[in-house]
Amino acid sequence: MSENKRSFQDALSESPLVVPILAIFTSMVLGGIIIAWAGGNPVAAYIGLYQGAFGSLNALSETAVWATPYILAGLAVAFAFKGGLFNIGAEGQLALGAVAAAWVGYALPDLLGAELPRYLHLTLALGAGTLAGLIWGAIPGWLKAHTGGHEVINTIMMNYIALNMTSFLLNGVMKDPSPTNVIARTPLIAETARLGTLFAKYRVHWGFIMALVAAAIVWWLLERTTFGFEIRTVGANPDAAQYAGINVKRIITWTMAISGLLAGLAGAVEVTGLNYRHELGFSVGYGFDAIAIALLGKTHPLGVVLAALLFAAMRNGGTRMQFMTQIPVDIISVIQALILLFVAADAIIRYIYRLKASEDKLVLTRGWGG
Amino acid sequence: MSAEKRIVLQAKGITKRFPGVLANNKVNFDLREGEIHVLLGENGAGKSTLMNILYGLYQQDEGEIFIDGQPVRIQDPTDAIHHGVGMVHQHFMLVPVFTVAENIMLGAERLHQGSQGREPERPWWKRGFFNGLQNLERLERKQVSARIRAISRQYGLEVDPDAIVGDLPVGVQQRVEILKALYRQANILILDEPTAVLTPQEAEDLFRIMRDLTARGVSIIFITHKLKEVLAVADRITVMRAGEVVGHTTPQESDEQQLAAMMVGREVILQVEKADANPGEVVLEVNDLRVNDSRDLPAVDGVSFSVRAGEVLGVAGVQGNGQTELAEAVTGLRKAVGGAIRLAGHDILNKPPRPITEIGMAHIPEDRQRHGLVLSYTVADNLILCDYYKPPFSQRGVLQNQAIDENARRLIESYDVRTPSPYVPAGKLSGGNQQKVIVARELSRNIKLLVASQPTRGLDVGSIEYIHKEIIAMRDRGIAVLLISAELDEILALSDRIAVMYRGQIVAVVNNGQLTREQLGLLMAGSPPAEVGLSL
Amino acid sequence: MDWKRYLFIALIIIALFSVVIFVGKTQTPPLVIAMSMLATTLMVATPLTLGALSGVFCETSAVINIGIEGMMLAAAFFGWLAAIYMNTIFGYEPMPSLITGVVVAVLTGGIFGLLLAVLSITFKVDQIIGGTVVNMLAIGITGFLNRQLFFEKNSVFGGQVPHAPGTLPIIHLPVPKVVGGVCSLFTADGCPTFANALGKVFDQRPIAILAIVLVFVSHYVIFHTRWGLRTRAVGEHPRAADTVGINVTRVRYINVVIGGLLAGLGGAYFTLESVPSFEPLMTNGRGFIALAAMIFGNWTPIGSWAAALVFGAAQAMQINLQFFRDLIPPAWSFLQQSYIVGLTPYLLTMLILTGIVGKTVPPAADGQPYEK
Repeated sequence: MSENKRSFQDALSESPLVVPILAIFTSMVLGGIIIAWAGGNPVAAYIGLYQGAFGSLNALSETAVWATPYILAGLAVAFAFKGGLFNIGAEGQLALGAVAAAWVGYALPDLLGAELPRYLHLTLALGAGTLAGLIWGAIPGWLKAHTGGHEVINTIMMNYIALNMTSFLLNGVMKDPSPTNVIARTPLIAETARLGTLFAKYRVHWGFIMALVAAAIVWWLLERTTFGFEIRTVGANPDAAQYAGINVKRIITWTMAISGLLAGLAGAVEVTGLNYRHELGFSVGYGFDAIAIALLGKTHPLGVVLAALLFAAMRNGGTRMQFMTQIPVDIISVIQALILLFVAADAIIRYIYRLKASEDKLVLTRGWGG
Repeated sequence: MSAEKRIVLQAKGITKRFPGVLANNKVNFDLREGEIHVLLGENGAGKSTLMNILYGLYQQDEGEIFIDGQPVRIQDPTDAIHHGVGMVHQHFMLVPVFTVAENIMLGAERLHQGSQGREPERPWWKRGFFNGLQNLERLERKQVSARIRAISRQYGLEVDPDAIVGDLPVGVQQRVEILKALYRQANILILDEPTAVLTPQEAEDLFRIMRDLTARGVSIIFITHKLKEVLAVADRITVMRAGEVVGHTTPQESDEQQLAAMMVGREVILQVEKADANPGEVVLEVNDLRVNDSRDLPAVDGVSFSVRAGEVLGVAGVQGNGQTELAEAVTGLRKAVGGAIRLAGHDILNKPPRPITEIGMAHIPEDRQRHGLVLSYTVADNLILCDYYKPPFSQRGVLQNQAIDENARRLIESYDVRTPSPYVPAGKLSGGNQQKVIVARELSRNIKLLVASQPTRGLDVGSIEYIHKEIIAMRDRGIAVLLISAELDEILALSDRIAVMYRGQIVAVVNNGQLTREQLGLLMAGSPPAEVGLSL
Repeated sequence: MDWKRYLFIALIIIALFSVVIFVGKTQTPPLVIAMSMLATTLMVATPLTLGALSGVFCETSAVINIGIEGMMLAAAFFGWLAAIYMNTIFGYEPMPSLITGVVVAVLTGGIFGLLLAVLSITFKVDQIIGGTVVNMLAIGITGFLNRQLFFEKNSVFGGQVPHAPGTLPIIHLPVPKVVGGVCSLFTADGCPTFANALGKVFDQRPIAILAIVLVFVSHYVIFHTRWGLRTRAVGEHPRAADTVGINVTRVRYINVVIGGLLAGLGGAYFTLESVPSFEPLMTNGRGFIALAAMIFGNWTPIGSWAAALVFGAAQAMQINLQFFRDLIPPAWSFLQQSYIVGLTPYLLTMLILTGIVGKTVPPAADGQPYEK
């Protein structure tokens, strides 16, 4: 009997889903304690959270809306992790992707003096966004490959540079000129550059499908192609990659470029599918959320999709939770940080729940020397 | 003769388990005052585990340790030092960026602390979280240097206390390690494979120091797997195999063949059988090659040689004389500063690894876990590490799992890789099997040149024999082999011609058999060829 | 650190100073501008200096700390929180509140340092991830509490930010007097312009002065004491340290907590010395720039400080240019755009990390957990 029990525990310990689920559970419990401390009722808060996230068709649609950029940005970070790189710059890449898409969306018709065909315009807008993200990711990648400048610091610096640049543009040449506008935002993009919604009454748009497709493509690229083999090899052991004849510098640059591309696409999709303009500050926080999503999803594309849906549900439901219990929606950030804490330090979770220690160590990043 | 002397250290029934391995099984061992007791055994026999237990780096699961007849618990190195045990580790425990004095004083910084005993254990709130202000006292560098000078004069171990350790030759670094133990007033000294990095002459020097020390009452445990040394220095010999003590003997009662048989557990053929070489045309030609090391200092300084098809050119030399950089430059892993390298008529100087590999080069790298394998990848993926992009493993940029699987099963079979399945991470295999994965991958390709760097380092005798046979088989199939090894015995066993490398230069190229082991040792230590009796 | 690096630092600082002097020279004497720039540089370099010292202690013992930003942010918040709570007790006497605030800020940094230590040393979490956890927790907790305590209807202060005790006062060192006295030996009037301008440089607030003192204290501790020797050994070759009886885990724990305390002091600068208020995300990447300063400073206290001054000078340029906005020549009009001038520290960071003046070498074991 004890034999059976043990083997069950072993099986449990080895399942890849156990730690993330327990991490989420533990974080929710701790979050509940904080809510109670702040004078709220945790049960009511979580019911509100659940209703806000899944309680109606509209809630589901909104969760999908939130999930769209999360999936793409999470994929961006996960993709870089696979190549042994840590992209903290998803935020900046996303912001510039959004700015570029918005500019193509509202300015290009005027510039050309003619309306563009719908799909062409949309493609151009999305293309501009991804290109901007790609460039913004490729720069720290190139610097890492060719000068050794560490991507962690460089991507953060690029975030601040992107923030300053968008502030400059949105307060200046790209500012919405309508007389009532006082905030730093672009004009609305043309109808021809907008992604359609999936259902007439709900806001969920084709970007959600695009994100899911992107996840599938990322999986296929990493696991089934020689290019993916090269990226994974560089990520797992760059010395062996060099020995195997892989052009390590080229792969590092491209890994970061594609990572940036995915983040840029996230920004472009938000502009073309949801907001129809870019507004200063909307991108804040996506970078860190994307890191948490990538880690919670164990850098696997399917895991990223699931983690992104969870984070989206929490963000989406948080508003209703705040409405019902007066607990600031910021508590969600605390819970998400706790989730990341427990996912990263799975030894804590394994200790609390008496699970067997894991043998496989997930090596994600390397120190300054690498 | 030494039987009357008192026992200073005794280990009884030591057992130590690691996950999946019984590293020490009821091991008994004793050391008498002033003797050199050799602990002989293969890599992985459990010698280092036993010594790490005596030095407090591991704790035994079962068994007892007695020092001067008293039972002791050695929980960490501080306890060991307190009981007068010092250890010179195989991989030196020296901080390269520190001076000699800093390295020696580390952990025993206070000059007047007397014997480096453990301070009575008190909870931190009584001790003060920062150990009082002791931690913030100024280091007494000058006084410590003076004391080191005194000790080194006393024992005839010349070192400059103010030199940076990273700049010193390995032989001197080893002296620093010994001084570190003597500074702590050790009277039991454990030397773990100390000659692995030394030339035969440096090893002789070490043996002299060891005898000096024993004459002064220091007792020495000497760990090795080199049979010649055992017979040269031992007072007594204990042989270990697979975690157990399998026998005791003395140099008078045994010979090399007997020791080898005890160590391995079967009769061992110490010499690889090989026919005379039948060299063909030149495959690899290196001319005036110059390469810098990672610190951008010259490591290979104008080296020229050639390797013909069907011969083994062995590059002998003490570790750190430029062999690593030479191999890396030839295989494309490191940029050369100047010179020329031609492989089968192609200029390959400063070409990246892939084109060189495609011309027909195979490389068994020095550091197999760093360069040769991706430890987190499966055996199957590691077996295509160099060919993953070519058909049949890849078609139009997409990996072909069936071809990868077939390739893995075929190579695992024909190279006798012991793995539960092709889809086990390479990191889970033993060192010998990891090396077999590399050998299988590299030798199964269509090659003209094999560069083998330290191909048997750290392996068990069975794997060594296997790899030696494979290398000779490659030679006999008409492949040029460049063998780089710090083990002079390996060079002598496999090479047809021998190039001796010293300080980045090839000081002599001779036919195997032209010089004795001792003469080669002198060349490796930097004696001019003329002095060795070689007319060039 | 080699002289080339210091020369490079000096040249960049001179260049940044020159821009402001060039713009403002028609209105203000160059000497006054230079001294004002120097004063601002020393002031705004404070959190960078302390952040870099935090990194030096952590990484000398081989724990990578990219959580400096979060440590500073959390310290800034909790220090400020403590100060305003105390202010409701002490009333209009600011000093006790401010000092409590600084102490709480320092301790907050230490607690977050302890968190990083637990994650990276005990649980052997990938250290860069561990630092990211620290950053995210700091952002989450400060954002949540800031809103919960001050901006909600049912919050402690009823949706209002209470009266803050202000900022730490300037300490007037008697530099003008001393310089004036020395000067009067050579000149008739005692060169008051120079003495006063120089005096301005040293009119700093306590944390700024403390930061500079701590640079030299850290240098002494790391290079001349037993603690420093052991710390460096643990960072370079932990196994060697272990074999001579040094407790690697303990040394790392203490150094990471020291790093946290230093970052905490850096955090106190934001809300108790620079401005008397808190804003979410107000550290604005300074923790990461501090890391870059540490790398450029070759993981040494004095080198890091010198590098921190470069970034301080870049920020000082941005601040001082605002005084001369109208004097900027049309050809240089981009200098009017604070968003563009504001890029300088970030661009400088990236430039410096390219190894333009040679690469620096981290401690050999940096980032690696110690496995026995």
